Amino acid sequence: MSTSITTNGTKSATVAKGNKAGDAATWADERLGLAKANKLMSLRKVFPDHWSFMLGEIALWSFVILLLTGVFLTLWFKPSMGEVSYQGSYDQLRGIQMSEAYASTLHISFDVRAGLLMRQMHHWAAMLFIAAMLVHMMRTFLTGAFRKPRELNWVIGGLLLLLGILEGFAGYSLPDDLLSGTGLRIADGLVKATPVLGSYMSFFMFGGEFPGDVIIPRLYIAHVLLIPGLLLALIGAHMLLLVYHKHTQWPGPGRTENNVVGEPLMPIYMAKAGGFFFMVFGVVALMGGLMTINPVWRFGPYNPAEVTAGSQPDWYMGIAEGLLRIMPGWETHIFGITMSWNIFLPGQIGPIALFAIVLAYPFLEQWITGDKSEHHLLQRPRNAPTRTAFLAAMITLYGLLWAAGGNDILATQFHVSLNAITYFMRGAIFVVPVIAFILAKRWCISLQRHDNDKLLHGYETGIIMRSPEGGYSERHLPIADARAYKLTARERDEVYQGVNGTDANGVDAPNARVDGLRARLSRAWFATNVQKPTVAELEEGHHHAEAELEYEHAAGLDHQADGHQYDGRHDVAGDDLTHKH
Amino acid sequence: MSDHHDLVVPEATEEPIANPGLPEHLPRPTDVDPVAEKRAERQVATLFGLSALFAILTCVAYFAVGKYDAFLGLGASNVALGSGLGLALLSIGAGLIQWSRKLMSDHEIVEMRHPASSSEEERSEAVAAFEQGLEDSGIARRPLIRNSLLGAMGALGLPAIVFLRDLGPLPGDKLQHTVWKKGMRVVQDVDGARIRPSDMQIGQLVNAEPEVFFETNSEGEPVIEGTELLQEKAKAAVILVRMHPDDIKPWKGRENWGVDGILCFSKICTHVGCPISLWEQQTHHLLCPCHQSTFDLADNGKVIFGPAGRHLPQLPLAVDDQGYLVATSDFTEPVGPSYWERG
Repeated sequence: MSTSITTNGTKSATVAKGNKAGDAATWADERLGLAKANKLMSLRKVFPDHWSFMLGEIALWSFVILLLTGVFLTLWFKPSMGEVSYQGSYDQLRGIQMSEAYASTLHISFDVRAGLLMRQMHHWAAMLFIAAMLVHMMRTFLTGAFRKPRELNWVIGGLLLLLGILEGFAGYSLPDDLLSGTGLRIADGLVKATPVLGSYMSFFMFGGEFPGDVIIPRLYIAHVLLIPGLLLALIGAHMLLLVYHKHTQWPGPGRTENNVVGEPLMPIYMAKAGGFFFMVFGVVALMGGLMTINPVWRFGPYNPAEVTAGSQPDWYMGIAEGLLRIMPGWETHIFGITMSWNIFLPGQIGPIALFAIVLAYPFLEQWITGDKSEHHLLQRPRNAPTRTAFLAAMITLYGLLWAAGGNDILATQFHVSLNAITYFMRGAIFVVPVIAFILAKRWCISLQRHDNDKLLHGYETGIIMRSPEGGYSERHLPIADARAYKLTARERDEVYQGVNGTDANGVDAPNARVDGLRARLSRAWFATNVQKPTVAELEEGHHHAEAELEYEHAAGLDHQADGHQYDGRHDVAGDDLTHKH
Repeated sequence: MSDHHDLVVPEATEEPIANPGLPEHLPRPTDVDPVAEKRAERQVATLFGLSALFAILTCVAYFAVGKYDAFLGLGASNVALGSGLGLALLSIGAGLIQWSRKLMSDHEIVEMRHPASSSEEERSEAVAAFEQGLEDSGIARRPLIRNSLLGAMGALGLPAIVFLRDLGPLPGDKLQHTVWKKGMRVVQDVDGARIRPSDMQIGQLVNAEPEVFFETNSEGEPVIEGTELLQEKAKAAVILVRMHPDDIKPWKGRENWGVDGILCFSKICTHVGCPISLWEQQTHHLLCPCHQSTFDLADNGKVIFGPAGRHLPQLPLAVDDQGYLVATSDFTEPVGPSYWERG
């Protein structure tokens, strides 16, 4: 054990008298018991370091930016569908009838200094917020960070993503321009496809027939109060659980399931995370200043009889759009009722099913693997091949649906038949994810084999040896202990065998069928994985390497080589290269 | 901690390689070289100084750059404010991160974990408290109170739902009718100009609306305006197309719905309600720009591609005594997206 391990110090600190900050701290502690809070969450709380732990932080800081820029926008935005004649400074629209919502959005964009900047920063931050949540979720998934005891935090994260998307859609609808009105028109169609209640739900939502005059104020209060409140509460719960569970860490020398190794909240992470907030804020400000987003003045006010070709929603609605576009036009008309499968399935059942899978995933995996223990060390994606392959399939599906959501753009940009793209996608969403699954799984397994090769036979040095018989072979050298330890710091997978199918009297055990399914799934999950070498295998590998060495010596290679004696950098006589630490 | 059954610690014996422990801490250049340390200190302070400078420049730009000036096709004020603010923020961020990486102590600290669950003792304490509370309330012994309370709480849900009744009116038959009626003129949607059959060429498409949208009453006020106008537009918008009469294959009963090859269809897509107007003149296909449903207007607006489930409703046309195109009735079926009771 090295001497570098530091603790939080053992000397007791006292608040110096006559020191202004100390006096203030004492004043506050006498009323709030602040020092006790340090017990709940120490100022020196340890966080482990890895670049991928920063993704969730981007989402958090984007949310803060959304709150700040959003408050600025509320100072001028008028959430009203009352009709006015535009008299602002944008020539092309002057004198045109429009809603107050659209007119005030134009006012913010053209007549309030920094208004357009804040609007564009708000929109870019929203894009970033959802993107960062999604990527953070993929990181959590790939590394197994959602496993016990963090399943509920995964569920909270899933709800945050869902709310984030709803919040984004509500915000997108507020300016009441042609594009956002078209989005609401599609939402109206989706709602109307609900069995039995569709037309009633639509009338209640819009306060009468679409578009009515209440949807913008209703969406506004949801966008600025209701959903942000829920988001804030859930983010709070997400962070509290993060503090309570302590952050996961990558395995490595000195890191175990029972500790967390890293740097303290104060001062390191206060500076790093605080600094990162300013970085994210700065990047969003540059994007808002230099990159145009949602130029509503070009689309004109909403008119239910007009639409722009190439209409596209914000990126995160892309997969819902894709589902809607490639669905065949199936409607059932029977007994005087209409069932719109073509809208109900892709527009309502599809997204709900997708979210149900996401939220239930930790529990499904736990049931299949039978794993009931706590996990604080992360897994490399290759060491959970089935899970990684599942995500690869889901990403593929996401990508295909996203592309399908822009089938018209693909058709015009690449001069391909729109119909051909749509027909292709209808089949591809079922076939391509399966191919991606198989490829990713095999890839993971071969990476696992590669790791074992390195452990057992060492790394490839690039030195080619010629034997007296004239055969050639490459020399391998053992890897450093720390690296070797890291490669073996993972658990062995255990296939669930299932209970015996029948009891002593030959009667089926209760739940035998479910249990059999679980055993089969567990086999499919784990059976092809490559396990890390055992102690015996590792020793045999080392013996083999030493035997090779002796053979080389016997063959007249009486000095060891790392290759550098050939390029003249140094003479290796006397070097011991076999166990370099 | 180790006595807790939930926290499974892998046994050392089964590990092929023992945990070598934390590596030795290596000092950074700034830890050992006073010159490097001073340099880092200057870098951090410079970044903070730059940030303040950019913040001030941003304020100057707020007043100095004209609101309506352009720069590279973008609003000059927007570019200046965004760049200034962005650089001010990035400099602070970079300074803080540089400070933490180069100058703050980088010794790793080890903190022990504890299982998420409470100890047995804490659990039994909590359970005992809960049970004592339950016992004191007597809720288990008095099912009448428990059940009537549950009933009362459930009943409170009713006003919560009923109070939402006025969110909107009931649909009634509103979705089945539009403002079209016998004799209503079909006019250009931009200026309300009336249309004679001779105004249209073969292959031409005209976006049209009912004339009532452009009519005013005796005081010069529009007959339909504001929200109502948008609601009616969302149902009554139509397109007129003129095709070669021989190309048209009308369904039975629709033979006289056109005038000299001019047909009128609802502009509202039967999928989810986008206005449709991408017209392929040679094939007589009409494509919806939202989800690409394609309708064959020569064949009664039948769906030939895409997610729509129903043909486009057709408006029967005639010519009035002044020679203008008029509707002979309302649509004979509901327009727009399908819904449960549409039939």
